[in-house]
Amino acid sequence: MTQTYALWSNDLVYAAIAVLTLALLCLAAEASFGVRSAAGRRAEELVPVGVVADAPADQVSRPGTPDLDEAASTGSGRAERLGRIGISLTVLATLLLGLAVLTRGMAAERAPWGNMYEFAVTGSFLAGTGWLLLHRRYPALRVTALWLVGILLTTLGLAVVLLYVPAGPLLPALRSYWLVIHVLAAMISAAVFTVAMATSALQIVRDRAEQRGVADRGYVRTMPSAARLDALAYRVTAFGFPVWTFAIVAGAIWAGQSWGRAWGWDPKEVWSLVTWLAYAAYLHARTTAGWQGRKASLLALVAYATLLFNFFGVNVFFVGEHSYGGL
Amino acid sequence: MTSPAQAPPIGAAGMARWAWRQLTSMRVALLLLLLLAVGAVPGSMLPQRGADPAAVTGYFRAHPASAPWLDRLGLFDVYAAPWFAAIYLLLFVSLVGCILPRTRRHWAAVRARPPAAPRRLDRLPASAVGASADPAVEVAEAAASLLRRGRYRVERRERPGVLEVAAERGHWRETGNLLFHLSLVVVLVAVAVGSLWGYRATVLLTPGRGFANSVIQYDSVDAGSLFDPSGLPPFTLRLDRFTMRFVQSGPQTGTPDAFVADVTVRDSPAARPRPARIEVNSPLRVDGTLVHVLNPGYAAHITVRDERGTVVFSDAVPFLPRDKNFTSSGVVKVPLPGSNAHGDIGIEGLLLPTAVLDERGPRSVSPDPLDPALFLTAYRGDLGLDGGDPQSVFRLDTSGMVQERVGGQPFRAALGLGESTRLPSGGSVTFDRLTTWVNLQVSRPVAQGWALGGVVAAVAGLILSMFVRRRRLWVRVLAEEPGRTVVQVGGLDRSPGGDLSTEVEAVLREIAGPAVREPAPARTAPAESAGSESTVSEAP
Repeated sequence: MTQTYALWSNDLVYAAIAVLTLALLCLAAEASFGVRSAAGRRAEELVPVGVVADAPADQVSRPGTPDLDEAASTGSGRAERLGRIGISLTVLATLLLGLAVLTRGMAAERAPWGNMYEFAVTGSFLAGTGWLLLHRRYPALRVTALWLVGILLTTLGLAVVLLYVPAGPLLPALRSYWLVIHVLAAMISAAVFTVAMATSALQIVRDRAEQRGVADRGYVRTMPSAARLDALAYRVTAFGFPVWTFAIVAGAIWAGQSWGRAWGWDPKEVWSLVTWLAYAAYLHARTTAGWQGRKASLLALVAYATLLFNFFGVNVFFVGEHSYGGL
Repeated sequence: MTSPAQAPPIGAAGMARWAWRQLTSMRVALLLLLLLAVGAVPGSMLPQRGADPAAVTGYFRAHPASAPWLDRLGLFDVYAAPWFAAIYLLLFVSLVGCILPRTRRHWAAVRARPPAAPRRLDRLPASAVGASADPAVEVAEAAASLLRRGRYRVERRERPGVLEVAAERGHWRETGNLLFHLSLVVVLVAVAVGSLWGYRATVLLTPGRGFANSVIQYDSVDAGSLFDPSGLPPFTLRLDRFTMRFVQSGPQTGTPDAFVADVTVRDSPAARPRPARIEVNSPLRVDGTLVHVLNPGYAAHITVRDERGTVVFSDAVPFLPRDKNFTSSGVVKVPLPGSNAHGDIGIEGLLLPTAVLDERGPRSVSPDPLDPALFLTAYRGDLGLDGGDPQSVFRLDTSGMVQERVGGQPFRAALGLGESTRLPSGGSVTFDRLTTWVNLQVSRPVAQGWALGGVVAAVAGLILSMFVRRRRLWVRVLAEEPGRTVVQVGGLDRSPGGDLSTEVEAVLREIAGPAVREPAPARTAPAESAGSESTVSEAP
């Protein structure tokens, strides 16, 4: 039976990849149609300035509201429809990934995050879910959808091609409820940081365009203002940072129990501290004169790069006590 | 936070004050954070003495030119290097220097009453105006009680014809922020205390063997400089059985499944022995001392006889695993002082739990003991044990020895369980049985409770400082004419990215009915700038 679950899980991951590819196509098409359509631009200008607080965000997610008939017959209407399909497909892919995680857990009879393959799949599921939830709370995040889907596809592709290991039991060192707590916290914060990273990256693009006075042209036009993106990236990172801190603390407690030392400067520990320090620097930079805006966003990208290196690079390049990846 | 622009007049005190301001400025704190992050990286790239001294020696051999220079920079012991300590100590000084004044200010702010309303509420990032038919006093009373229920601190003020309600909430944000930073200091101090007074040691045991908890019985000790070896709890521990289990089927066949050490503990020489079990992730705790399973291996019980058939050695010999299938290497050292013409006996061997001999040489193909074999060769001569230099128990110093030969070829033998072989120079070696060994780690954590309390407080503080929103809200009630009361509501969210419009409108609706006219134009722009400007409530 467990073997059947394992096969289902693999098929569900492939299905999710297929659906995400379609979502990527839809969202990319939306972005390019939205850019080309002059009618869409006119329609957008007709939207009255904010009745509700998140007005700029709503403009982005509903560009054609005032004149649906006109908009529907133009590129903007098509773009909007494609965008909605893209988001629906992303929801579907996230559900498929959720099922893949569930069946993988049933196949292995444990929490399905005991090696890098499972980490990547479960992490992608959490990133998708996290994005959808955050998007409900902050509609302006809509503009990052295309990039998030791209990241998920890349991660899942790498997982399937390079990281795959068959479902099985855990190494004895991993058999602890701390695995569930520590790794789940690490994955949740990584998922949240991924959403924040996409926002910071777009902030840099938008900020450059605003400074050169070309923010009303092309793809950049569809983005919220640089200040809004900056505030969003901060909110999302500020949510991820305590979770990441907790992941490190939980890891230290587990290490104290399992290895007899809470902190031993193992490469994974070093890099998780480096990531923590880099995000701490980002959070401080936003309130330091001369470091706001684009510079802070750059720091956020650097911090995310250290996070990625910790998850993939450390397992590949270094030998440490976290060598459970199955590589 | 402070401006470095105005340099004070020259003078030692002035310079010191200037340096202090620099150090406690946010900009320097930021740079120190980044510097610490960068400084931590080489320790993950280069081998470290604390973690793997053998790898450091290997690096010296591989890079004879650069290694001494890297060593001079402390790069083989980064986390104990003075420059690394300098960065984090400066960071903590900067942190304390920033936090203490802020704590003072925050203390004053917490005790202060909510500030008076600004003259024009419509200039605030969020504001709304409405009208009510109720008398002004009742409207103001309703506003005050509504805000109190919303856990605002409320202050009412009165001028002729104008009633004002000032409300403020969210002081927990800064409290959490300060708690987080101060907790980090607690953690640092606890870790420092732990590394000065604590210790970690290892003891390698084969079944039947044990140790008394004292420093001379440890194989290796890594202790802080203030560690007191005389204060160790006087327990003794004997390993009764050590079991290794491996996955038997499926794709992960051969990966470790369980390492279980069954031991007998005596808490003190007078206490009754009690059985206990140590597993990975579940250490044994004796009187504040922790005993962990570190790493395991197979041991061969070997008996060596001399030319006359006298048993000169009979013991379990631990072999060091070299791969996942426990192809293990080890040695037997049998000193035969003076009495023997050929000198000491040294045996070098490979222990294979499931032996296979093919063109790649002898190796094990499973970690389970399905077909154990001992492949060995022998040396005679001087083991070098009298020199006083410490020797590895897994390596033979053959510089004073000669390998035994048979017909011009080096002597080799392969023994199954219970089998014996004769040495060319006389004497014999018997592979009695296969057993196991385990390396136990003995440690006493010091000040770990403080460190744990510190990190828990830090996470709690962090959560407060990230999620509590600091808000001010004002309600101004003007009695315009009997039966018509004008109500103005204004709000200021002092957390980054905050926006109070919804709450302001909700308050107005509750006390006066829906807004009568739209307040200040372009509400979105100030809301955004409030996000990026509010430096007040953020970390130092």
